[in-house]
Amino acid sequence: MRRYLLPEYIVERDDLKCTRCKICVEQCTYGVHNYNAIKNMIESRSELCVDCLRCVLFCPVNAITVRRNPNVYKENYHWTYEFITSIKRQADTGSALLSGMGCDKQNLTYWDKLLLNACQVTNPPIDPIREPIEIRTYLGGKPKMLEFEFNDEDITLGTKLGPCLCAETPILFAAMSYGALNLNVHEALARAAVDCGTYFNCGEGGLHPSLYKYSDHTIVQVASGRFGVDLKYLSVGAAIEIKIGQGAKPGIGGHLPGEKVSDDIAMVRMIPAGTDAISPAPHHDIYSIEDLRQLIYALKETVEYTKPVAVKIAAVHNSAAIASGIVRAGADIIVLDGVRGATGAAPKAIRDNVGIPIELAVASVDQRLRDEGVRDEVSLIASGGIRSSADVVKAVALGADAVYIGTAALIAMGCTLCQKCYTGKCPWGIATTDPEISKRLNPEDAYKRVVNLVKAWSIEIKEMLGAMGMDAIESLRGNREQLRGVGLTDRELEILGVKMAGE
Amino acid sequence: MNDIHGCVKRFEVDRAIIDAKGMHYFELNALLRELSADGIRDVEVYNVYGQRYIGTGLKTPLNIRIYGVPGNDLGAFMDGQRIFVYGNAQDGCGNTMNDGLIIVHGDSGDVAGYGMRGGKIFVKGDAGFRVGVHMKEYGGKRPTIIIGGNVGDFLGEYMSGGIILVLNLSRKEGGGKRSMKFVGVGMHGGTIYIRGEVVHVAKEARVVETDEHDLRLISELVRDFSTCFSLGMSIDEIMSNEFVKVVPASSRPYGKLYG
Repeated sequence: MRRYLLPEYIVERDDLKCTRCKICVEQCTYGVHNYNAIKNMIESRSELCVDCLRCVLFCPVNAITVRRNPNVYKENYHWTYEFITSIKRQADTGSALLSGMGCDKQNLTYWDKLLLNACQVTNPPIDPIREPIEIRTYLGGKPKMLEFEFNDEDITLGTKLGPCLCAETPILFAAMSYGALNLNVHEALARAAVDCGTYFNCGEGGLHPSLYKYSDHTIVQVASGRFGVDLKYLSVGAAIEIKIGQGAKPGIGGHLPGEKVSDDIAMVRMIPAGTDAISPAPHHDIYSIEDLRQLIYALKETVEYTKPVAVKIAAVHNSAAIASGIVRAGADIIVLDGVRGATGAAPKAIRDNVGIPIELAVASVDQRLRDEGVRDEVSLIASGGIRSSADVVKAVALGADAVYIGTAALIAMGCTLCQKCYTGKCPWGIATTDPEISKRLNPEDAYKRVVNLVKAWSIEIKEMLGAMGMDAIESLRGNREQLRGVGLTDRELEILGVKMAGE
Repeated sequence: MNDIHGCVKRFEVDRAIIDAKGMHYFELNALLRELSADGIRDVEVYNVYGQRYIGTGLKTPLNIRIYGVPGNDLGAFMDGQRIFVYGNAQDGCGNTMNDGLIIVHGDSGDVAGYGMRGGKIFVKGDAGFRVGVHMKEYGGKRPTIIIGGNVGDFLGEYMSGGIILVLNLSRKEGGGKRSMKFVGVGMHGGTIYIRGEVVHVAKEARVVETDEHDLRLISELVRDFSTCFSLGMSIDEIMSNEFVKVVPASSRPYGKLYG
């Protein structure tokens, strides 16, 4: 059957500049560029291009340009290019459409409609270059009050504190599994977590034995497939996260296709090589908050109450009520993953249409837990499309304790958001387990880039705090008075719990 | 440690008895860990009334004999210990078990052996729904579940490895028979053997004839099973019935879903 699909991009080559070095041919994992020896020319098949820009950035003479195909369907606000293309693709294959990375739709980002406060005249700002600003963040349940014992001159804390994670910055690395990513990426993230004094989440695909040495800075995940979960795995992590859902695909399980389950991935997941690694949408032993409590306490018993247990859910319509239940179930940390949350592979229909923006979810969950007087029993991590230090600061002001970054860390390593992670051919060597392509990501280089990103954001967070006259991030947590909205309806402002700019 | 908390009696060097009456699971499990770390290898626990997670988080070999009804998640994440239950087990026994043995002299609840990767679960009586859900195998580890009686629906759901054997011994002639629907739903690995017939197999699984190799394996499993319980039937009698073998239709059930 002839395919009726327009090439999405056009690859152009300045033939006068091209030296026939063939770097583009080697670098393209999608087979766009081919050398024609007879003509002594490099020919490009535009229809295969995914706009990853690998060839553009690696061409030593800047001879290549990739641009959107100017041949568009007749202008139509309803039947856009995306819908027409999707229909044509499905008419060809009869399959559900897959997509990589997070939802890319308009009108779902509230960060850009929120503005921060700063001190002027009456309440002087703090200069972070001269004065220390505390951004260390403890994640876990906190006691309602502290009791002290006074013995002569000695004062000791009488309250028994629960286990907490101590992050030197409110930025943690989100769960991304070995299988979706390769070992170089995991190693880079683990080392960056150690350097930045924060945590990396190994995701649901187990933890490679070579990374156990970073386990003090690792959060281990338990999902419905229970891949790689054994006593040792649970014991080595700094915390355990139960994955109920993720923002990119709420209500949908994970699925690593059999062809990606290599011997090494099979070893870490503890399953036979070559079979589909299926993480079903539900945990088959969890149908209620009481059942969730059973798993939380099974894990707590297993590690003798020495580590905090987190529960990750996708931000959905009734997140606030669910979060309230999760607190009662005994979780120490709640992770909320918004509609922008990314993934290696999600059904496109789900990715783009299911879930709610993280900003609204954090605000409503924080408010609900405060109203019920249980906010101090858990920490809240916001996740899903955090793009900058300002997003982090705004998330904290809306009520989060910390954020997870996934996409941002991958972009730091080289990702260009071409959204083709599910093909396993990531030209940047990130979302691939192909041993040859994986070599493209130098873990040393990637680790340094991620450390730089977190350091840079941490400086900016301190600057923004200083501008607001705060010397500790604790003072900003849930402090929505520091936020103002622009271009939002009264109802949106009400749910976010912020005033209109000018008020 | 002869009489800690007034509820533990220690015999010889490596045996102890616990009276768990009125004890919270938190206390009971801490006690088991303490005894196990202190060199106890055999412990009898009396008056067990629903305490959860028994056998979880133990790091040394231990035989636990439970008199009463242990609570949910018995032996969760267990790694090599042996549990004998003289009574019924509840839901989630052997959850994500890595290695070890759970022998239940009564019935067991739902989701027995969820995500189980190694070891054995033998239940003399009946078991609930979703037995062996997401059971897997890897390398030298091949978990086994044997149910003496019958089971509920969704047997071997998402099963990706290991062996489940259902003997249907408790089935009464002309009554008390459960339907056992959706056997092997989402199954993509492992083997299920059922003594008698199967009425409803999910589309991801298929029924195949047992061969000589299967029957030899079943007979060995039945022998193991019969050494643990008095079944009132000889191995030959049990083996004289037909066995059905259920295997996955594909190791890639989701292979063609997405394009």
